[in-house]
Amino acid sequence: MSFRAAVVTFPGSNCDRDMAVALERASGAPALRVWHGDADLPERLDFIALPGGFSYGDYLRSGAMAANSPIMRAIVREVERGVPVLGVCNGFQILTEAGLLPGALMRNASQNFICRPVELRVENASSLFTSGYEQGQLIEIPVAHHDGNYFADQDTLDRIEGEGRVAFRYTANCNGSQRDIAGIVSEGGNVLGMMPHPERAVDPAHGGTDGLALFKNAVRSLVTA
Amino acid sequence: MKIRVYVSLKPGVLDPQGRAVHHALDGLGFEGVEDVRIGRFIELDVADGTTDEALDSMCEKLLANTVIEDYRIEKVER
Repeated sequence: MSFRAAVVTFPGSNCDRDMAVALERASGAPALRVWHGDADLPERLDFIALPGGFSYGDYLRSGAMAANSPIMRAIVREVERGVPVLGVCNGFQILTEAGLLPGALMRNASQNFICRPVELRVENASSLFTSGYEQGQLIEIPVAHHDGNYFADQDTLDRIEGEGRVAFRYTANCNGSQRDIAGIVSEGGNVLGMMPHPERAVDPAHGGTDGLALFKNAVRSLVTA
Repeated sequence: MKIRVYVSLKPGVLDPQGRAVHHALDGLGFEGVEDVRIGRFIELDVADGTTDEALDSMCEKLLANTVIEDYRIEKVER
């Protein structure tokens, strides 16, 4: 069975091709490409990725305009059906703005755009995205963002921590995120949002391949499911 | 009908931008600035019959992110 993944491109997305390459490398099948103005997604998708970038020029708030684009209504329907959705960087911002993940991503505490490899700790190695890692494993994945400062109120933070929904934590907080949170999964477990870019760590020429396990594991768990 | 929407960070949400501007005001020698919070001001021109519920809904769904922001709506008399 061939793995059917779709990568959504918004005006201003700039990691969509990298995401498609990473998915193809993990699955062997080319990823389908979807435009933000499409009202429908291709049928029988196994996986949907929202890439990084600056959708709609970050107008209003990062991800706010994209969260209200036509394709997002189709994505909400797929999330409800249990289809896995990965949002990286701007994709994470879009998922929070769309209400598919709790919290919000604010301007980095330093005010600076940060662009460098960071170390992450795998906090929950049981999600379909992270079970290719060991619990507590340290991995190196690049970040590249201005608005990656994860915020949620204390009750929400306690709840997602209690439910084991923190997927990744920074070992050294680079952006002011509450409780060093770098990535979280949804209540249903089928949506992962993360600021670091796993698709930029899938080839030795990238400087590291720690991101590949995420894509390979998603493919393995979905194809054998 | 002219509408003004003021969007501001909720109390307790750290505002690094405001803090940097506060620091810059201090640097310029302005004394007695206790705090700086930066928000967003949006002007809308809407049909006269537009209801308060519709205006609230615009703020809740798009103009503000109520996870981190509060909003205040002001109607401007002509």
